[in-house]
Amino acid sequence: MKHTLSILMRNKPGALSRVTGLFSGRSFNIESLSVAETLDPDFSCLTLVTKGDAAIIEQITKQLHKLIDVVTLSNISQGEYVEREMVLIRMKADGHTRAEVLRIVDIFRGKVVDVSPNSYVLEITGSESKINAVLDILRPIGIKEIVRTGKIAMKRAAKK
Amino acid sequence: MSKITGAQATIKCLQEEGVDLIFGYPGGAVIELYDELLKSPIRHILVRHEQGAVHAADGYARASGKVGVALLTSGPGATNGVTAIATAYCDSIPLVVLTGQVPRALIGNDAFQEVDIVGITRPCTKHNYLVDEPEDLVPTLREAFYLAAAGRPGPVLVDLPKDIIAAAIDYPEKTPIRMPTYQPNITPHLRQVEKACRAILKAKKPVLYVGGGVILSDSNEELTRLARRLSIPVTMTLMGLGGFPGTDPLSLGMLGMHGTYAANMSVAKSDLLIAVGSRFDDRVTGRLDAFAPEAKIIHIDIDPSSISKNVSVDIPIVADCKLALTAMNRWFDAMTDFNEQAMRNQFAPWLEQLEIWKKTHPLSYVDDPEIIKPQYVIEKLQELTGGDAIITTEVGQNQMWAAQFYRFDHPRRLLTSGGLGTMGYGLPAAIGAQLAFPDKTVIDVAGDGSIQMNIQELATAKECGAPVKVAILNNSFLGMVRQWQELFYKRHYAATTMEFAPDFVTLAAAYKAVGLRAKTKDEVVPVIKEALATDNVVIMDFVISREEGVFPMVPAGKATTEMLLV
Repeated sequence: MKHTLSILMRNKPGALSRVTGLFSGRSFNIESLSVAETLDPDFSCLTLVTKGDAAIIEQITKQLHKLIDVVTLSNISQGEYVEREMVLIRMKADGHTRAEVLRIVDIFRGKVVDVSPNSYVLEITGSESKINAVLDILRPIGIKEIVRTGKIAMKRAAKK
Repeated sequence: MSKITGAQATIKCLQEEGVDLIFGYPGGAVIELYDELLKSPIRHILVRHEQGAVHAADGYARASGKVGVALLTSGPGATNGVTAIATAYCDSIPLVVLTGQVPRALIGNDAFQEVDIVGITRPCTKHNYLVDEPEDLVPTLREAFYLAAAGRPGPVLVDLPKDIIAAAIDYPEKTPIRMPTYQPNITPHLRQVEKACRAILKAKKPVLYVGGGVILSDSNEELTRLARRLSIPVTMTLMGLGGFPGTDPLSLGMLGMHGTYAANMSVAKSDLLIAVGSRFDDRVTGRLDAFAPEAKIIHIDIDPSSISKNVSVDIPIVADCKLALTAMNRWFDAMTDFNEQAMRNQFAPWLEQLEIWKKTHPLSYVDDPEIIKPQYVIEKLQELTGGDAIITTEVGQNQMWAAQFYRFDHPRRLLTSGGLGTMGYGLPAAIGAQLAFPDKTVIDVAGDGSIQMNIQELATAKECGAPVKVAILNNSFLGMVRQWQELFYKRHYAATTMEFAPDFVTLAAAYKAVGLRAKTKDEVVPVIKEALATDNVVIMDFVISREEGVFPMVPAGKATTEMLLV
């Protein structure tokens, strides 16, 4: 089962490699990760998607806690949360497909961010399943290249 | 305040941390540090190989309980230390390893003697640092000493670029270390303590399974009190030996792959396993599904990631062993109707069963009137040192025979590479231990293979005046691998027959040490006596029965009840 971990860590050189080294050294799996500075530039937030049974996830979280550079971490997929991923798609878009691609982009509330005579670059944001759905629809038309960000996620505010 | 150099600040900081002994080897990147070291009261021990420096610091740390310190130069100096750093990491030994680094401007340029030692040691240190600003130097060193010893101890490496060592800095006032990102939980949850104590009261067949955490936290007294007042038998891991007196009637000796019959059977049949500072290592558990199958499991450990890592635990207590055991003792103190005799009666049938196992399958070997048996050598070492020597070991058969047949009554008397299993550990570790305790007898129990891995440290021992004794159990084999080949690989002794070895007696003489040899059983005691009476480094070369095996033995992957016996 997939789990999304949100890891707050010290924004120090090498901190990220401590996290990734832990995963490779202990044969844990990384599906995706995304990291950037937080509001406080001394810290960065890493969203990491991994999979494993309950025992493995428990080990992963405990081992991450042991890293000196890790401040806090939460398995946010255990509660209510919002997740987003972005993808940039370079599409083949010539005469007879240009209009269709635009329609699909519109349906998925995406954007065209670069245009050339025979291609578009599209930007689509959403959940992982939405992104997969867009890619499925666009694939027959002709995807040339994609770059995905990996998931970022945030807990929902407590309802009260 | 006037500025001082980074090197001066480093030495000042080491003194502030109470360091009086450093093991190291100089090089271009650390010349400034050595220059300052020369002027300071800190004693520096020049080793002959950097691995020896870190092992010696490790031996010093294990014997004394203090943080060990090693100083290595950049590049090969640092990489030579890696095996020893990993050794300390696997056994949770507090070390601070200082490495030189090329000047910051050259980092990343493939400079002479440049290596990314922080990258290399990331997975085998508790934490490591590259100091990248002069003003970070002292705070980083302080943090390193704190981290090495706090919580679950471990080695911490600090990489020091040469220009930072040369930079002029203000020496910052010492302030208490505050690390919001590192706050190990050391006090036990009292509800968990109560659960554990109640489980003991309900048990019929309890056993304490004690690991290195008891040694590291100096909680042998608390453990001994608990075990004795409750009449709970105790088995120890290799790292836990000495955590409970090995000659106590409640001691079952070591468990696991080369554990005693009684120890392994007790775990297999117990209804309550109380793990204290132990980590359910594969050499202890054997086949996991057959490990303590009938037992409820209590696990005391300072490291939450040790709990339920290999074996699912029923009552976890995340805490320093000493505090947890103290809390358990207090709980029983507060129990109004607690009665030691009642506990003894409650466990009487279990203790009787254990006595039967001990008597029917004691640790044993087939002695010989002429040929020297290694187990006999260890027994005599124990006898002639009154069981009070500090024993270091190399790795392999020598290590297991020492663990089995030298019955350790005190903690910090057996220094051995348990987790990583590093051949070449014993001699430099013995030097470190001897310097921590100049008046104690320190013996490295070695094999003819592993002694050659760091034999150059004989020169270190001589130079620094550490009269360590080396007992080589010489079978002209890489004995433990040979034993596996005999049992599981159709006696194909591939690469385990050491056809050539130096004449260890002559070798000792070359180092101006004393070399003694025993070829027959009756020569063993005189050789040991002479060695113990000699105020010099001594190599005892015991020519032992060549194909002697270590038994009992649980074949890898088998249940611990499937023991091969003598």
